[in-house]
Amino acid sequence: MTPETTILVAISLPLVGALAIALAGRIGPNIREAATAITSVSLIWVVWGLISTLMEGKRPSIEVSEVMPGLSIAFTVEPLGMLFAALASGLWLINSIYSVGYMRGNKEKNQTRFFVCFALALSATVGVAFAGNLFTLFLCYELLTLSTYPLVAHKGDAATIRSARIYLGVLLSTSIGLFLPAIIWTYTVAGTGDFTVGGILAGKLNDPEIGLLLALFVFGIGKAAVMPMHKWLPAAMVAPTPVSALLHAVAVVKSGVFAITKIIIYIFGIEYLFESPSSEWLLYIAAFTIIVASLVALRQTNIKRLLAYSTIAQLSYVVMATAILKPLAEVGAALHMVAHAFGKITLFFAAGAIYVASKKTEIHQLRGIGRRMPWTMAAFTIGALSMIGVPPTAGFVSKWYILAGAFEANNLVAVFTIIASTLLNAAYFLPILYLVWFEQENEGDKEHGEAPFLAVLALTLTAILTLAFFLFNGPVIELASQVVKGLS
Amino acid sequence: MDLLAHLPALQVVIPMLSAPLIVMLQPRGLAWAGATAVALVSFSIAVALTLAVLDGQALQYAMGGWPAPYGIALSVDPFSAIILLVITGASTAALLAAKPSIDQQIESERQPLFYAAWLLVLSGLVGIVVSADAFNIFVFMEISSLASYILIAGGPDRRALPAVFKYLMMGTIGATFYLIGVGLIYMMTGTLNLADIQDRLGDVTDINPVLVAAGFITIGLALKAAVFPLHVWVPNAYTHAPHMVTVFLSACATKVALYVLIRFDYMIFQATLEDHQVQFALFAMPLAILGILIASAVAMFEGHLKRRLASSSIAQIGYILLGVSFVSMAGLTASAMHMFNHALAKGGLFLAVACLAYQYRDLRLDQLGGAAARMPWTCAAFVVCGLSLIGVPGTAGFISKWLLIISALESGPWGGGLVAIILVSSLMAVVYVWRIVEALYFQAPVEGEGPTSEAPIQMLLVTGFIALLNIYFGLFPQVPLELANSAAALLLEGTN
Repeated sequence: MTPETTILVAISLPLVGALAIALAGRIGPNIREAATAITSVSLIWVVWGLISTLMEGKRPSIEVSEVMPGLSIAFTVEPLGMLFAALASGLWLINSIYSVGYMRGNKEKNQTRFFVCFALALSATVGVAFAGNLFTLFLCYELLTLSTYPLVAHKGDAATIRSARIYLGVLLSTSIGLFLPAIIWTYTVAGTGDFTVGGILAGKLNDPEIGLLLALFVFGIGKAAVMPMHKWLPAAMVAPTPVSALLHAVAVVKSGVFAITKIIIYIFGIEYLFESPSSEWLLYIAAFTIIVASLVALRQTNIKRLLAYSTIAQLSYVVMATAILKPLAEVGAALHMVAHAFGKITLFFAAGAIYVASKKTEIHQLRGIGRRMPWTMAAFTIGALSMIGVPPTAGFVSKWYILAGAFEANNLVAVFTIIASTLLNAAYFLPILYLVWFEQENEGDKEHGEAPFLAVLALTLTAILTLAFFLFNGPVIELASQVVKGLS
Repeated sequence: MDLLAHLPALQVVIPMLSAPLIVMLQPRGLAWAGATAVALVSFSIAVALTLAVLDGQALQYAMGGWPAPYGIALSVDPFSAIILLVITGASTAALLAAKPSIDQQIESERQPLFYAAWLLVLSGLVGIVVSADAFNIFVFMEISSLASYILIAGGPDRRALPAVFKYLMMGTIGATFYLIGVGLIYMMTGTLNLADIQDRLGDVTDINPVLVAAGFITIGLALKAAVFPLHVWVPNAYTHAPHMVTVFLSACATKVALYVLIRFDYMIFQATLEDHQVQFALFAMPLAILGILIASAVAMFEGHLKRRLASSSIAQIGYILLGVSFVSMAGLTASAMHMFNHALAKGGLFLAVACLAYQYRDLRLDQLGGAAARMPWTCAAFVVCGLSLIGVPGTAGFISKWLLIISALESGPWGGGLVAIILVSSLMAVVYVWRIVEALYFQAPVEGEGPTSEAPIQMLLVTGFIALLNIYFGLFPQVPLELANSAAALLLEGTN
């Protein structure tokens, strides 16, 4: 298999898997889960196999169809996309293990549809990661929105449908109303939309227009949840927790910040953007989102909504790091995508495990739960510490790089934002940890133990990953550094 | 002469002569089989003609060997090829799927007459497209219109009768206007052959009758094409017609009138009248914009599934007209592509509606709850075609919308505003399509109502195939795009 065909295999594998899951769903749940497992393991094998090719300095690329002259469906593997695809495919396996435990433990309906749509979403995610030009990125981005809609609407009652409508409404209207015009503008100005090292827009646009185009991109990519386009993310929390965990902490939201990062690096070019004063607002809006989302998170009483607002803030970390427009900060942005993924998926897994075991969803109900669910709450603690950025967790590593980039650029706004948000993160996570471990249980709480074994297994794995990333982050940093190689 | 040379004539003659034969096929099922076979042959001829004109050349044909100004002339060029594909393709797809639906809606002794009328519509529509003569266009227009009144009124729904009466009135006014315009042109040039008219109009000194003719022809055809605000006959006619007739007519009937409109305006009036482009743009663009916005808004509030889709059709006609009104290569390409892609999307949607209607007696949205659980394939096909109608990337609808946006940007200083209108109306399409999807997938079923099983396999296969074509032509639109490009180039050749 040449690297070129491997790309196509990686994208179509989850599609084939979706079909297999749908067929296996008619035979029985165990066969169906086996189909999911086989698909995700083979996806990891295929996607991770591309890393070595990439490290040799090759950039395999394949064109599927030239839809119109200059407009083609093409895929290219470059370091940033590789990192994202490897992350999404790896966490899919763990998430599938968790899903089985969660969905069965909760006796959810329509499980076949759930697993089929999950596989479709993964295919779209890999497509986003490997997209070789803006058009392909847009195609996969929209497919991701559509394939995750049934997952958000899974429960099917009136309140869920309303939230799902917000989800679809915000994501589709921003992408059609802002993202698409930005793409068309880029194509008409540059004549191409290929992701090119150094950017394609240099010297083609004048100053105020650059800021405007950047705004169309940043707000058009609603998945990045930069305020005020963030409303869909809390709304999406009505989905079953595995969806929130993998899609709304990793695949979907990271597709958004990944797309913004990729566009800034490969369409605008960081040096070109650095010299354009009209692009500076991005840093401020990201900083604003970080602070405001953290403040809103302080006031949340529902666990998943708190995590959603924390995600909004963490996503803007990536956007802000990218907007610093210095190589070290770009590495930090790439690392933060990974680090936040490990920490946040652990937190969501824990929230779901609590729900399966005790049906608790509110923070004040968690008093003393640490004694009943020690594994889950230990993992939760690790995740929370990683969000704050305490060593020895993953969050520390990426924050270090972002801070280094901010100092390199003498960007005091970024430095201040990082410090302030660290304090805020501590302010909303530490009280929960105290509540969980050191307070007495409420009177009359029902007896329960740990969540189903598969769920606990999955969240333990991701907690270990969160810790391990602090120590063994060499390969990831090497991959992330490839992004900025030749840029500085 | 080999067979290929006679194809333009056979395209019209085969369905026309088969129609009376079909009437005689009384035994149950035979009439359907006969009509479907004829439709398939017509479609094959259209494909063969398309391949013959793929290089951008037009085929000319003289009936009975009589040369052009005296005999009946036919011609096929890339633009007509697109429309021929749409007409014969829609007819074939609808007929292939039709049997269970028609058996349910029309009693068996009247079926042979029904299928005969169907073939007359088919023959009339393709006749309009291949004619190179203004009067023959009128004749074929009448054949197709009269036969389509029968088709629409032929179902069990008595509300179709007032609907068809309205259609008949409006259609006759349109046809009469057209005929008045053609008469004026004949008065000034002494010929009915389109190519001749184009030649001789240049020598006409008194231009006023020609201007009046242009007005009559444009308005008359706009009526037939359901251009906003001349569209009032469409919603009821589509809603109350037998479901398979809606599939056929929604995909192609109004587009054929629009085809003649474009042809006349570009090849005759713009080629000979000074500043006609400007007048045409000023006439067409506001109507197109109003049609897009108002019809989309109406579609958002229609409670009946078929009416909702019919309103959307009026908005889609607006898109086609908008591209035409730019009088540019990019605009015409976009319009020609949208004719093709919209036929795919809307044809597929109405096929899925026909599948639903096979199981549901009432097609109001609040009655359709829970359809997806019982009819998963139908609903999946509906979603795919709906996405194509919205213009989601990866579907055929996106291609034409992209082209339309690009052409709007190139059209002048107001391009940005036009792009905004197109995008806003796309969002409106999201709303009106998604309301249906929610009803199908998430609404609670009405007590005691609802299907027990999927639609017949025959209908499902065709519907699914059309849905897949929507995806295929979204990823590989090269062939229709090439045709649309040559069509645009041919149309612009005449203009000054």
